[in-house]
Parts: sequence; C-alpha cells; structure tokens
Amino acid sequence: MCLAVPMKLIQVEGPAGVVGSGTVTADVRLDLVEGVVVGDWVLVHAGYAIARLGEEEAAETLALLAEVAQLAAEDGGDG
Amino acid sequence: MTVEGGLQAVRDPARVRALAARLAEGAGGRPLTLMHVCGTHENTIARCGLRGLLPAGVRVIAGPGCPVCVCPPEDIQAAAELALEPGVTVATFGDMLRVPGDLSLEEARARGGDVRVVLGAHGAVELARDEPDRQVVLFAVGFETTACTVAAAVLADPPPNLSFLLSHRRIPPALEGLLAIADLPLDGFLLPGHVLTVTGLEPYDRLARAAGVPAVVAGFEPVDVMLGLVQLAARAGRGETGNAYPRAVRPGGNPIALAMLERAFLHDHARWRGIGAFPESGYALRPELAHLDARRRFGVDTDRELPDHAEGCQCGEVMLGMVEPEDCPLFDRGCSPSTPRGPCMVSAEGTCRNRHQFRSVGHG
Repeated sequence: MCLAVPMKLIQVEGPAGVVGSGTVTADVRLDLVEGVVVGDWVLVHAGYAIARLGEEEAAETLALLAEVAQLAAEDGGDG
Repeated sequence: MTVEGGLQAVRDPARVRALAARLAEGAGGRPLTLMHVCGTHENTIARCGLRGLLPAGVRVIAGPGCPVCVCPPEDIQAAAELALEPGVTVATFGDMLRVPGDLSLEEARARGGDVRVVLGAHGAVELARDEPDRQVVLFAVGFETTACTVAAAVLADPPPNLSFLLSHRRIPPALEGLLAIADLPLDGFLLPGHVLTVTGLEPYDRLARAAGVPAVVAGFEPVDVMLGLVQLAARAGRGETGNAYPRAVRPGGNPIALAMLERAFLHDHARWRGIGAFPESGYALRPELAHLDARRRFGVDTDRELPDHAEGCQCGEVMLGMVEPEDCPLFDRGCSPSTPRGPCMVSAEGTCRNRHQFRSVGHG
C-alpha cells in the first residue's frame, strides 16, 4: 500500500503532470511537492508525487554504503 | 551521482552480501528480534530471500504494516453496504476488494453493488466529476503516506457528490501500543520509508528514547533494507533513531503533506483488525469538513464492531510477529491467495500472502 515508485517528470501543467519510467508513462498530481520541474525525479505513490529525489541525496546513500562496505572489508568481510 | 546510478547501486547483490557480513559483525552473536512495520518491506525481504542472509540469532519479524490487513471489518461492511445503495458508487484501492468479512466488496459487487477500483484519491475525484448524478464514496485506507494524498483531495474543493469513508491509520501510536505488549520482546524497529517520507523521523525520536529501543528508517530495495538492519544492530540497546533512506526521508518529512494532514484531519481513536484499539491512531475529518464525511452523509452506524477473523485465523498474532504464517492452522489448508480466509493472505503486502508466494525463495 505504501509502495512508491521513483519516476522522472516529463510534463508539468499546474498541479498535474506526467511521469515516465522506461516506456511507461502515468499521470501524476503535484499537490504535495513544491517547485518541481520537468526532468526532476519524484517518488510517486497512489498517483501523487510525495517527494522530489535529489542527486545530492542519492550520493548520500552511496556514501553511507561505501562507509559500511569499507568497515566490512577492514573487518574481514567480503565487501 | 545521478538518481539512476543511485537506484542501480541499491539493487546490487554484492552490496547486499557485504552488508550481511557487516550485520553479522554488528550483531556480534547477540540474539536480536527486529520488527518491520511495512508490507513493502516484507515483500522485499520475502522476494529477495533476505531472511536467508541473516546471521544466527537475528530475526526480522513482520509487524502490523499492511493497512489493508488492519482495516476493521465494520469499515469494510459499511463500504459494502453503501455500494449496494441505489445511486451510490464506492471507489477504493484494488487490494480492498477481496478482504474477507461478513460481506467483502467483491461479494457486494457480485450482488449488483457498484464498486470501482481507483489508483488514487484523484481517481475518485475524476469519477465523481464524470458521473455527477451518482454519489461517489472514496473508501480510503492506508498509512500517512496515503492519508496525505486523500487530504490533498479533501482540500482541493472536491465535487459535491464525493464523500470520504476514512479508515486511515497512523504508525507512531501503534508502535507505542506494541511496545506496551509485555510478551513481545523487541530489539528494534525498521521504520517504513514512505511513511517517514511524509512524517520525517521526529515523531520517532521521542518514542525510541522513551522505550530505549532503536528505530531506523529504511527504503525498499534489498540494499536499503540490509543497510537499515545494519544500522539497527549498531544501535541495539540504545533508544536512538537513524536514517538509512536519506534519498527520500528528510528529518522534517514533507512539510506540505504534513500541513495538509493537519488542515484536513484530526487524530482519532481507531481499531486495528486483530490487534486492538490505539488512541489517536486514526484520522477523522475536521468539523468544518464534516459535510464530506460519508459516515455522516449516509448515516453509517459508527458503534458497530464486527468479529475480526474467521475461526482459526491467526492474522492478529501474525501481525504482531508472534506466529509465523506457516504455523497458522489455516495457512495453505483452506487459506490461500485464491481463497483467503484472513486479510493477511489477500494483499500483496500481507505477511501470509508474501510468505505463500515466495516460499520457494530460501529464508534460512
């Protein structure tokens, strides 16, 4: 039920827009996000964008992972 | 780092294995019982066989994370009865149709009731606009993630023939309730990423501190889930929170969504099917929006309570993580995805349904 899918905004018209992922497109409501523009990635739940996904935050996840993998490697893990 | 690149990285099996090794080190041989409260987490864990990668002594149990499963039968009955009223259409999300009760929505439809599946709240708004001669009732279930989308529809001047039968639930009061159950020893909560995309981590800081139990929010790719478990093991015994899903969860959540929830709803005492009632764990429309309340518009009996489960069904215990689905006497012996006896076997988020569907995927 709380499934939300990252999709790219390909059209914006007021509080509505269109998102795409691969060959799939879908209508999306933008009432819950501010200042999104075509090309942004958004997290879509039940037809509404509930968050904008930023490149900075994507990098933050990777940094977290790198840190953990590093620790695992140092401690003799297989990462 | 592009968003696409980030998404590929969180699906990488080598990273999952590295994190499993880290989890084993973090747990250090201690027995840990960690609870997630999200059907989508259960789906990732079951589908990807993550239980098979857990170190000895570490258990991940499924809590009440499926809003379809915890929706009380009297609400389903009310929706089914409304669908049978002449001139009334009940719009709801697909998973609700087959949830068993005295009368499921699917059975109401077979008897001539008008039940339509919508993908979201806006679908019900469009339906009401397209069919102005019918009364459209959105039977709205879901946690904060979904409730804010319904709040957006409530506040966007909905058509006069649309009303809302709310059965939304809030996660924090339920977690407080679970912590009060004495024979449910929990060493940590894996928090639901998309609920916290809306609410942020703040509501959980106090809860974790007060209970001395850590809580870490995680996303839904296999690497996200494992990273969340690693962070939980590292905080074992300490009431701290952590964010293993920073690409979607900001500390303060989504302020626009939170403001809409606040403007549309009040917190309300609510029943969770098979588990019990928790104060402030549901939503009700604010008094100034009461004209949009389907219960009021159609005179629904709000005092009615129906029995939670069919005889022998252990969905309640399954949702508390006290019973494994396979140990329920009905699991695959009369209860299966094609003939569900309890709500956990219906939804793609239900623990029993996931365990049934992915049982060939090893879970150790």
